[in-house]
Amino acid sequence: MSLQDTKPLIGRVQEVGGLVSLSDYESGGGYAAAKKALTQMTPTEVIDLVREANLRGRGGAGFPTGVKWGFAKGEPQTPGYKYLVCNGDEMEPGTFKDRYLIEFNPHSLIEGMILGSYAIGAEKAYVFLRGEYHEPNRQLVRAIGEAREKNYLGKSIFGSDFNLDLRIHLSGGRYICGEETALLNALEGKRGQPRYKPPFPPASGAWGRPTIVNNVETLCNVPAIVRNGAQWYQDLGLTEDSGTKIYGISGRVKQPGLWELPMGTPIRELVDVHAGGMQKGYKLRGILPGGASTDYLVEEHFDLPMDYKTIQEAGSRMGTGTMILMDDSICPVDMARNLQHFFAQESCGFCTPCREGLPWVEDLLADIENGKGEPGDLELLEQNAQYIGAPGNTFCLHATGAIEPLQSALKYFREDFEHHIEHKNCPYRAY
Amino acid sequence: MSTVALISPLSDAERSEIEAEVAHLPDRESAAIDALMIVQKHRGWISDESLSAIAKFLEMSPAKLDGIATFYNLIHRQRVGRNVVMVCDSVSCYVMGADGLAQKVQDHLGIKFGETTPDDCFTLLPIVCLGACDRAPTMIVNEDLYGPVKEEDLAEVFSRYT
Repeated sequence: MSLQDTKPLIGRVQEVGGLVSLSDYESGGGYAAAKKALTQMTPTEVIDLVREANLRGRGGAGFPTGVKWGFAKGEPQTPGYKYLVCNGDEMEPGTFKDRYLIEFNPHSLIEGMILGSYAIGAEKAYVFLRGEYHEPNRQLVRAIGEAREKNYLGKSIFGSDFNLDLRIHLSGGRYICGEETALLNALEGKRGQPRYKPPFPPASGAWGRPTIVNNVETLCNVPAIVRNGAQWYQDLGLTEDSGTKIYGISGRVKQPGLWELPMGTPIRELVDVHAGGMQKGYKLRGILPGGASTDYLVEEHFDLPMDYKTIQEAGSRMGTGTMILMDDSICPVDMARNLQHFFAQESCGFCTPCREGLPWVEDLLADIENGKGEPGDLELLEQNAQYIGAPGNTFCLHATGAIEPLQSALKYFREDFEHHIEHKNCPYRAY
Repeated sequence: MSTVALISPLSDAERSEIEAEVAHLPDRESAAIDALMIVQKHRGWISDESLSAIAKFLEMSPAKLDGIATFYNLIHRQRVGRNVVMVCDSVSCYVMGADGLAQKVQDHLGIKFGETTPDDCFTLLPIVCLGACDRAPTMIVNEDLYGPVKEEDLAEVFSRYT
């Protein structure tokens, strides 16, 4: 049994002990799935297989990938008319999984994109990559060159009539570009502002053409699904959700890092076993389970399995599956201020509640943190959180995501906020 | 008073690199971000003159291009030093002491965020999450990622850049 049987994403990285070269990738069964699909399967069969495997989008929203691909299927079949875009923007604070996949296993992304492009009928595909990801960019550029040389990319791949041109767009840097319609505007060379929906990208995306946008980790799952089948993939998960997940932990644990584990691995196991537990002298108080834009979870949730459904039922979102840990040395008010600083700065500025509301919330949090809070401030914060965060008040979900950690901080760490206001100081600071 | 050229011509290298991007795009304007990044790679930053030259080359208005240039964190519309230092201020690094590190870096370089050292060697800027949270706190100097960054490492790290 090889590591890849249980770890389709990074099993090969562990087997070879680092960067998976083209020959490493091929000798581990790489590009066999692409060959099988292009020579023996119809595009519809690939879509059906991915749908049956119940692969859900790993960028945060968890939308079923096969269903998304199906949306583009009925569109014009003119060769080369559609686009596949890989979202490799990874700017969600606390998230570092896609960097790892691109840096250490770039050919698995390329093979996933060949399969995705074939399935939806795209002959041009883009990787939208963070501008700050210099090393992943170098590895991906090299890998694309190797794949072109071997004719895994280019014309008549594997002797079929399928062609694919794969290119990288390096982002100019802005969090909102991770939102798929903002990403498409940025790909077109414009300001990265979200578009009004509908139309959704599968109907009208990049340059007005049908476009499917998938996350890096999502696409990296596809080769193994084609190789080993839908049932195998479903059986990898511990709960209702299929497959493995790259979980990550940052914060005051003994070993921060990333692990590919069965979907549904419990939070406590991630923290205590894989991350080695908290550092000496620090106690875990709360976690942001899937990046900065997810609601806090606290002690009562730590035995829950990390999957889409369970974490949603607990009032948060699994998001990217990379957790940020808040220990007992961190002031929840100041951490909320740090989070709102990020979201205020990264607002694209198009919608008023987001552009004006988030800096206002940041300022109020800074006041409370600095001992200038007034009675009634918490009610004011809650009121504004509701207004700013309500879906439908803004074009996209940037503000909604921004408010998630704030509303849950107010709920779970309320005594900290009240203490700041009552005593006009921050108990976490040394005076 | 001498006449100052408002458009500084693009070099042959800049032109050919931009054309290579335009070649696989539906129209010239779509290469706007690529063109800004290419010229910035050659010149360090995007001056008004550079902006006008790129806009002309892409057959678009300078105002529209400026709207794009100012939208993105990594396009410098002000002069920067020979090396750009960016310290992460997002939440994972915050939890691991980024605020303290930010202060130490400012002390070490003798400048505040947004400033350039008098010898033009370093410009210091804040940056959002660098996606290396297992190595927090992090910073990036030009294309080199560092983490976890400790105060005692700063002198050695900055000495690598001249």
